[in-house]
Amino acid sequence: MRLVLEKRAEASGRMAILSPIVAILLTLVTGGIIFALRGLNPFSALYVFFVEPLTTSWSIEQLIVKAAPLAMIGAGLAVSYMANVWNIGAEGQLTAGAILGSAIPVFFPDFQSPLTLVLMLSLGVIGGMAWAAIPAFLKNRFGTNEILTSLMLVYVIQLVLDWLVRGPWRDPKGYNFPKTIAFTDWQLLPQFQLIPPSIGPIYVNLGAIFAVVAVLALAFMMGRTLKGYELRVQGIAPRAGRFSGFSREKTVWFCFLLSGGLAGLAGICEVMSTVGQLQPGISPGYGFTAIIVAFLGRLNPIGALVAAFALAISYLGGESAQVALGISDKTARVFQGILLFYILACDSLILYRLKFIGRTPKLAEVKA
Amino acid sequence: MKKWMALAAALALGASAGAANAADKLKACWVYVGPVGDFGYSYQHDVGRKAVDKALGDKVETVFLENVAEGPDAERAIERLAREGCKIIFTTSFGFMDPTIKVAAKYPDIKFEHATGYKKADNVSIYNARFYEGRYVMGQIAAKMSKTGTAGYIVSFPIPEVVMGINAFMLGAQSVNPDFKVKIVWVNSWYDPGKEADAAKVLLGQGADILVQHTDSTAPLQEAEKAGKLGFGQSSDMIKFAPKAQLTSNTDDWDPYYVARVQAVLDGTWKSDDTWGGMKDGMVVLSPFTNMPDDVKKMAEDSVAKIKSGEFHPFMGPITKQDGTTVGEAGKPLPDGELLGMNYYIKGVDDKLPQ
Amino acid sequence: MNDQLLSVILTIITASTPLLLAAIGELVVERSGVLNLGVEGMMAVGAVSGFGAALLTGNTYVGVLAALVAGALLSLLFGFLTLTMVSNQVATGLALTLLGLGTAGLMGESFVGQPGVHLERLHVPGLSDIPFIGPILFGQDLMVYLSFAIVAGVSYLLFRSKAGLIIRAVGDSHQSAHALGYSVVGVRYLCVMFGGACSGLAGGYLSLAYTPQWVENMTAGRGWIALALVVFSSWLPWRIVVGAYLFGTITVMGFSLQAYGIGIPSQLLSALPYLVTILVLVLISRNRALIRANTPACLGQPFVPDR
Repeated sequence: MRLVLEKRAEASGRMAILSPIVAILLTLVTGGIIFALRGLNPFSALYVFFVEPLTTSWSIEQLIVKAAPLAMIGAGLAVSYMANVWNIGAEGQLTAGAILGSAIPVFFPDFQSPLTLVLMLSLGVIGGMAWAAIPAFLKNRFGTNEILTSLMLVYVIQLVLDWLVRGPWRDPKGYNFPKTIAFTDWQLLPQFQLIPPSIGPIYVNLGAIFAVVAVLALAFMMGRTLKGYELRVQGIAPRAGRFSGFSREKTVWFCFLLSGGLAGLAGICEVMSTVGQLQPGISPGYGFTAIIVAFLGRLNPIGALVAAFALAISYLGGESAQVALGISDKTARVFQGILLFYILACDSLILYRLKFIGRTPKLAEVKA
Repeated sequence: MKKWMALAAALALGASAGAANAADKLKACWVYVGPVGDFGYSYQHDVGRKAVDKALGDKVETVFLENVAEGPDAERAIERLAREGCKIIFTTSFGFMDPTIKVAAKYPDIKFEHATGYKKADNVSIYNARFYEGRYVMGQIAAKMSKTGTAGYIVSFPIPEVVMGINAFMLGAQSVNPDFKVKIVWVNSWYDPGKEADAAKVLLGQGADILVQHTDSTAPLQEAEKAGKLGFGQSSDMIKFAPKAQLTSNTDDWDPYYVARVQAVLDGTWKSDDTWGGMKDGMVVLSPFTNMPDDVKKMAEDSVAKIKSGEFHPFMGPITKQDGTTVGEAGKPLPDGELLGMNYYIKGVDDKLPQ
Repeated sequence: MNDQLLSVILTIITASTPLLLAAIGELVVERSGVLNLGVEGMMAVGAVSGFGAALLTGNTYVGVLAALVAGALLSLLFGFLTLTMVSNQVATGLALTLLGLGTAGLMGESFVGQPGVHLERLHVPGLSDIPFIGPILFGQDLMVYLSFAIVAGVSYLLFRSKAGLIIRAVGDSHQSAHALGYSVVGVRYLCVMFGGACSGLAGGYLSLAYTPQWVENMTAGRGWIALALVVFSSWLPWRIVVGAYLFGTITVMGFSLQAYGIGIPSQLLSALPYLVTILVLVLISRNRALIRANTPACLGQPFVPDR
């Protein structure tokens, strides 16, 4: 008696929609059992985790704040991974972008004009691209595995950031705390009203808009342009790609610069909005979480957007559960891990069918 | 803990359940930068929270969020607590300073307490503990107990509080032995017992026979014990981990402060304040002196008494900085503002701070 | 001076061993074609289990065993998802890290603040007392010797035994291996569990020998370094030793330099292990043929047998 997976003739459209639902249901059941064991009402616990984050406008605002960088970076990584270019250093590129962009307020604090905004954002993108260029260069020139180089560089740039904010870029009026001066006016991202106050205002900042634009642009690129085709072919059938004349080296550059630039943009947007200055901790691991986002989104930019929201809900739900139910942060993390496991397991049912094979194989019926 | 957890669950089930007694309780909330399982800084704050539970449990319900990273998540975490009905929120890490001010501006009726920061507001208090008082005494003990005249100091990141601690330690040591030396290693991490152990071993190997730390784990003390040397604990009493090596531990005792502040909210007497309490207020407590001869113990106890009574201040002017200049007036302690932003070493410390 | 050097060398050995253990396990996993990014989670679970078991029984060897088993069990979960349910390996591994860290935290709640039982060091009368070499070669604890034994064993297994050939075949071309009649999924399950056991051991080393205690997040990112070291080694076992010890050496030397009082910023010294690892990798990856020959071609690709 074995459990085997059999590849379907074509991806099941039905499962594609059912899979996340089944996954959530399974998580609810498992989660319910865990919560019940710990003496909590399972239904209220699950409500707090999944539904509550969507019930208030504040919560939705926070969801967007959290999901935007994840979606932006995740979409870039999805494109990169699709072409088998393994950029694991998005967290570092994010940091590099934040650093370069912050140079303007640090060195020219009184420079206030719309140009400031544009310059900071551009420098953010350039910073991310520059940091991503290193693993790309090493890969192309020396064949050095980009997984290691991009990962190691994350630690390096984080230490550079630490040194900068504790030393040369420190706010002189900040009692020697490790942070730069606070950004003001044009050095901060503008906010837009998404939904008017009558329904409960929801504001989004420029970063969220960039994220959506980036996702749509990448989706378009991947789905409808030659470039997208080129990238996809290189991922699925590298030899075919070479025969078609697609340069692997150019692809490596393209993917790293694209995903690095997006990560850098996400980084500078973070420091220009919620954080408002440069400090040692500017990202709760967005660059790494974005990797999960990319894969959950099945390496599709739009999928990454959906996955970013799903993950953001799970983070916010976990936080809410800590406050409302008193479960610990560890339980929330376990719950998240289980949710991800179920999603991944159910996802595979889209491409494969589950079958039990009994001891005596049934004779195949001959179809006349 | 079970009691308030059950209460919180009842709250979640819905107000219609008629949970009248739950709704009457004051909600006091805490935000920790690390896990409560770190047995260090965040752990001690949680001990303080539990003290509030014990003392005021019939009128107060406590909630906490742990592992909240400084950065974008912090503001959301604090605001969430504000929205969930917390009436007083303690944000326990200096990196929470700006998020606390931001959220406090939006919720003027909620009281906020920020630890180890410097920004105040009408509804934001700041509080801190004069850890340096304990370090001064530790310096004195170290100078007496050390055979090599060198201590090894393990630190995480150069923030003013840490620098203050090193300076206080050295001032204390120099008061006993003017040629006392300290070797400093920055591990650049708040939670890595392995790295702290490595740093400890390296320092011991270079001749330091007393270990001091401003990091949270018990690893350095354990290394000291293994090597037959001596050391000081940090944040919590670590005697269990190094029964033969711990001289004393510079513990944070937030209990009295937390109970007092929550009580003030209950009584309606809460006012924005700036508390920098030391041994006198019971916020810094040196754990029992062990592994030292009686005369050293007596000296330490005397010092503690003098600090408590206000007779003595570790940073009594004038103080000679590493670059030779002096700071402070003779006979008067350095002003608090000077201490809070301390970014220089005193003379006798061979290390360079980022400028 | 000699004493100082000895103490530094001993510190390096302790710092490098957990990296070595986790990396060699993951090497075997990846050789069979599976990419398990959950090393950090398995290490955490191993650390807490090892600590707990040793604390409860008073016997560190029980702790070592418990760490091993815990890592293997957690990896079984990963195996079920990626091998039987054919889920995406990268995402599953990352989910495993989350799950492992959270579970370890939960399990360890009551262990916080408890001093642990320390794994003893070997003492061979006579040999261990030889000045300098004695403590280095004959004064280590069980796990250090075990780590080298595992590397030697894996090297022999992979390159000189039939089993190793099968593993490599499964990793390089799983369809061919399947066609030859080998159970790809079976081989991979075994390798994944071996990797889990090694990661568990690495975690156990942290809480039993390195710093005998349990605190949350004590793995502090070592799992990720181990993963990078597997790449660094071009999937060759003895290069893992080079990588792990290189990393450990530079980390410890950084502290030594600081303690000496050389005025180099500590952040630069902390960044050195990562920079040097990159540099060395650049130098040793110039032989592209060697790398191509050793990179498991099917790494990370899902396997479902064609019928």
